[in-house]
Amino acid sequence: MPDSATLIMLLEGTCATLYMTLVSTLFGYVLGLPMGIVLAVTDREGIKPNKFVYKLLDFFSNIIRSIPFLILLILVIPLTKAIVGKSYGSSATVVPLVIAAAPFIARMVEASLKEVDKGVVEAAQSMGAGMFTIIYKVLLAEARTSLLVGVTIAVGTILGYSAMAGAVGGGGLGDIAVRYGYHRYQSDIMIITIVILVVLVQILQGIGMLLSKRLDRRVNK
Amino acid sequence: MEKKEIVLELKHVRKDFGNGPVLKDISLQLHKGEVMVFIGPSGCGKSTLLRCINGLEGIQGGEILLNGKLISTENTKWSEVRQKIGMVFQSYDLFPHMTVMENILLGPVKVQGRNRKEAEQEAERLLERVGLSDKQRAFPAQLSGGQKQRAAIVRALIMKPQILLFDEVTAALDPEMVREVLDVMLELAKSGGTMMIVTHELSFAKAVADRIIFLDDGIIVESGTPEEFFTRQKTERAQRFLNTFIFREEKGGDEA
Repeated sequence: MPDSATLIMLLEGTCATLYMTLVSTLFGYVLGLPMGIVLAVTDREGIKPNKFVYKLLDFFSNIIRSIPFLILLILVIPLTKAIVGKSYGSSATVVPLVIAAAPFIARMVEASLKEVDKGVVEAAQSMGAGMFTIIYKVLLAEARTSLLVGVTIAVGTILGYSAMAGAVGGGGLGDIAVRYGYHRYQSDIMIITIVILVVLVQILQGIGMLLSKRLDRRVNK
Repeated sequence: MEKKEIVLELKHVRKDFGNGPVLKDISLQLHKGEVMVFIGPSGCGKSTLLRCINGLEGIQGGEILLNGKLISTENTKWSEVRQKIGMVFQSYDLFPHMTVMENILLGPVKVQGRNRKEAEQEAERLLERVGLSDKQRAFPAQLSGGQKQRAAIVRALIMKPQILLFDEVTAALDPEMVREVLDVMLELAKSGGTMMIVTHELSFAKAVADRIIFLDDGIIVESGTPEEFFTRQKTERAQRFLNTFIFREEKGGDEA
């Protein structure tokens, strides 16, 4: 069994991982949600089609999503240094995590909003609702279960990315797994970190799914 | 009918989705308090016509005037126009995540900026009128098709539109629920509502219409009172159309 120092380290690693994941998800949505809304609204089939804006965002988000995360981590080091002041540790990892997550989140938001029944949007239009009313009262409100499922997926993905950041001194459980499990051949610690990661994903997933089910009014209860 | 003011006027309206015209040359005048019913075979452009009037589809030629004002322009403020032209859809299209009351209040409160209390009271009155007083707090998924459609009618009515468009509002309903919706519409018509109705319910058309417009292949083939249309068709096309319906009714198998 690991000693108490190791346990404390694992506990701290778990907290760091949770911190990175949740903060990155939050900021990821601060950027990704508006981006996703704009993508859904300006699409050809959207409520305010705008080819130029759509193509621009489309191109931008595709580029970022094509860069492997490990490369992105290194690529944005200057920016990370400028924002956080250093290039290692959990806070520093948040920067590339947000950059990687935002376009991914935007895509999921876009997909969720596009799932909203076109007839319902037309019904809102037919009563004279403006763009913002439709976005806020119809698109976001009707897509909320799907959006929440998206959040759950985003949290899981960002958690995975944050572990990858361990390879370059990103802090958190991934960092511990790489340093102890890989460099020092302490596979027991590696296995423990994996178990913790699995449990974290399960818990976060469970919360997300429960919430989205609670908020779903489409089925008769 | 006495001369009443013209609310809506269409002049040579043409609609083309890009693969041949759907509406070719539609001209008509809708007077205040008039109930105009469009009938015709599937795909003849009836629904498209209503959608063009509401701006859900753009037109490629001709003009649409509301109260004498051109509304078929590039800069039309559709959100203002649509408050005057309400629409009820075949698939109800209630907002699934809102209760019946919230569905109804969205328009008056969020779009028209009316007082919530006042709008709520009116919603209650209207719900009572269509027999849904006890469903205020229900979600659409908890209602039957007929109830949903009546709620959708209230949602359109509360905006106090000058014209109400009904796009095959009973086509998706189970036969036993058709009547309750048609009764509501009949009552609206009697109380002086200006309406344009697309329907396949011929006996309802006969009962509710001031004027029947028979559309086929994107043009108005016949236009007249129900009495004229059902007893003395001027064209062979209209006769053929009515015959297929009568034949179906005699067979007794079709609920269309």
